[in-house]
Amino acid sequence: MMRIFSLEEIKKSFFTCLWFGFLTFPIMVVRVNTIEDVVEWRWNNLIIVVFGSFFLSFLWRYMIERKEAGRKKAESGEAEKKPLVRRIMDNPRIYRPLLAAVAIFVLSFPFLFSSYQTNIMTTALIYVMLGLGLNIVIGLAGLLDLGYVAFYAAGAYTYALLNYHFGLGFWTVLPLGAVVGAIMGILLGFPVLRLRGDYLAIVTLGFGEIIRLVMENWNEFSFGPSGIANIPRPGFFGMDLSLTAATNYIYYIMIGMVLITIFFVNRLQNSRIGRAWIALREDEIACQAMGIDKTKTKLTAFSLGATWAGMAGVIFAAKTTFINPASFTFLESAIILCIVVLGGMGSIVGVILGALVLILLPEYLRAFSDYRMVLFGATLVLMMVFRPQGLVSDVRRVYQFKGATEKGE
Amino acid sequence: MLELKDIRSYYGNIQAIKGVSLTISEGEIITLIGGNGAGKTTTLMSISGIVPPRSGEILFMGEPIHEKSPDEIVSMGICQVPEGRRIFPFLTVMENLDMGAFLRKDKDGIKKDLEYIYDLFPILAERRHQAGGTLSGGEQQMLAISRALMARPRLLLMDEPSLGLAPLVVRRIFEIIEQINRENNTTIFLVEQNANLALKVANRGYVMENGLITMADDAGKLLANEEVKRAYLGL
Ligand SMILES: Nc1ncnc2c1ncn2[C@@H]1O[C@H](COP(=O)(O)OP(=O)(O)O)[C@@H](O)[C@H]1O
Ligand SMILES: [Mg+2]
Repeated sequence: MMRIFSLEEIKKSFFTCLWFGFLTFPIMVVRVNTIEDVVEWRWNNLIIVVFGSFFLSFLWRYMIERKEAGRKKAESGEAEKKPLVRRIMDNPRIYRPLLAAVAIFVLSFPFLFSSYQTNIMTTALIYVMLGLGLNIVIGLAGLLDLGYVAFYAAGAYTYALLNYHFGLGFWTVLPLGAVVGAIMGILLGFPVLRLRGDYLAIVTLGFGEIIRLVMENWNEFSFGPSGIANIPRPGFFGMDLSLTAATNYIYYIMIGMVLITIFFVNRLQNSRIGRAWIALREDEIACQAMGIDKTKTKLTAFSLGATWAGMAGVIFAAKTTFINPASFTFLESAIILCIVVLGGMGSIVGVILGALVLILLPEYLRAFSDYRMVLFGATLVLMMVFRPQGLVSDVRRVYQFKGATEKGE
Repeated sequence: MLELKDIRSYYGNIQAIKGVSLTISEGEIITLIGGNGAGKTTTLMSISGIVPPRSGEILFMGEPIHEKSPDEIVSMGICQVPEGRRIFPFLTVMENLDMGAFLRKDKDGIKKDLEYIYDLFPILAERRHQAGGTLSGGEQQMLAISRALMARPRLLLMDEPSLGLAPLVVRRIFEIIEQINRENNTTIFLVEQNANLALKVANRGYVMENGLITMADDAGKLLANEEVKRAYLGL
């Protein structure tokens, strides 16, 4: 730790701050005042940048050093402290009351907060569902899908169009959305799943954009950029609900959907097919030697992931009552991907936390609206440097040492 | 039981085997020996359908399998213990074994086979909840063999099971190979560089060089053969 304050380090920081001062000079210091036709020199900004970066570069290296030290300790065999979330989940005495508290909070949420807040929470829950769906594809099967939003859009348009043309209701279309998502997943997956890694990512990204562009330009089918309005909210035994009641109703539907999703993903993770996905991620040739069909297994993951996106799309359309292609840009895929990566690939709790952080944080940072995206970006970068395994790391990605003393089942 | 007729296999444009023919009868232990890069692994991969041959025929129980997919071939009763073990490091021992039984639905049968394997390798029973990657090399090889056995193969293909293991462990592995052959009447096709040990357990042997079979004989005769002695036994 003392190493940081050596002459060498001070020199490093010195050059860093000079370089930063130089880089930011044109935007931070020089300002051309077009009204009075003069150039303003804001030297005090330069001082802030130089001293700020000098200090921050120290802090940065200190943090890196600490991280390295932590890793060395773990490598040299010293028992690493279990992460907080895992400790909580392994201890039923903490975990049960905590779960009960969360359940009570979640159920009473609409009564405690305004319907504006409930609405935001519903959005966050939709992203939880999307994150858990994409987690099947990326976290479990290890397929980098950057066009996930296409299936979300497919679900949303399924509801909007079927309702517009045939007057079908929400509850009828919800399962149809799942089917459409699954079918699209298979149709897209079939040709592209032969590709690996980066190629798969690029092709799926392209596919996502193609779907959006088709929706934007095929006016007769999708009403183009102007979108579809007046999509009905979910029906409640044919009753007319007030706006607040409808908002709360969708919130509870979403809670139900998230619970179902968690149940399914959990079952999948511990099933033979779930383990086959993990195995396939680790060693394709060994899988083939065991008779695991590569394409079929990947296709299952791909279309199961798409199924959840399809359903989430239907709910999204019903919640906003208006959709157009602008809701389904690549940025959307990127956010869902961030949720999975930030939360911790393959971990259900992680993905839920990731979705809540990534969707709620920008909402509540509106107070700092000017800096909100900067803070958001900085959080992501810091996370990736200091906690690349995500908020909650998947146990599977760490070898577990269980000695021979461990009792069998 | 298995018959290869003039198999030629390629990686892209590179021809790795250039016309291999061999036969294996039920209940035998057959070994294929040869130096590095001779094409032994490719031969096994061709049988498994992972590197399908571009020409030639493979017959299993009289049925052509060279156009079948790897999972169909496994379901017919051919399973492979791949070179370098290739167990799944992040799955536990038990989950690794379950992957071997991927195509099977008979729960009772799987359970019985699991018990048989835990009898065969008690160390795996002790380590059943441990991640595969934390096992030692010898234990990983035992796991790889067991995983293949979980598919209940009639023909077991083994690719250099002695690779990188201590002599004592190697001897134990070879004992197990003989035991599996004896107890379950499993036919074994054993690819080895350790020609001495392989020829001692095998009934017959083939010698491979540069993608071609150059010798085929009874294992005992190959052991006594001057050329084999010089090239593969280091005598
Ligand atoms: N994946 C591959 N791609 C290209 N060439 C390969 C590949 N695997 C093996 N080869 C080539 O095929 C030939 C036979 O290899 P292999 O069957 O692995 O031999 P062995 O198992 O007898 O050591 C070698 O010349 C090797 O370089
Ligand atoms: Mg080889």
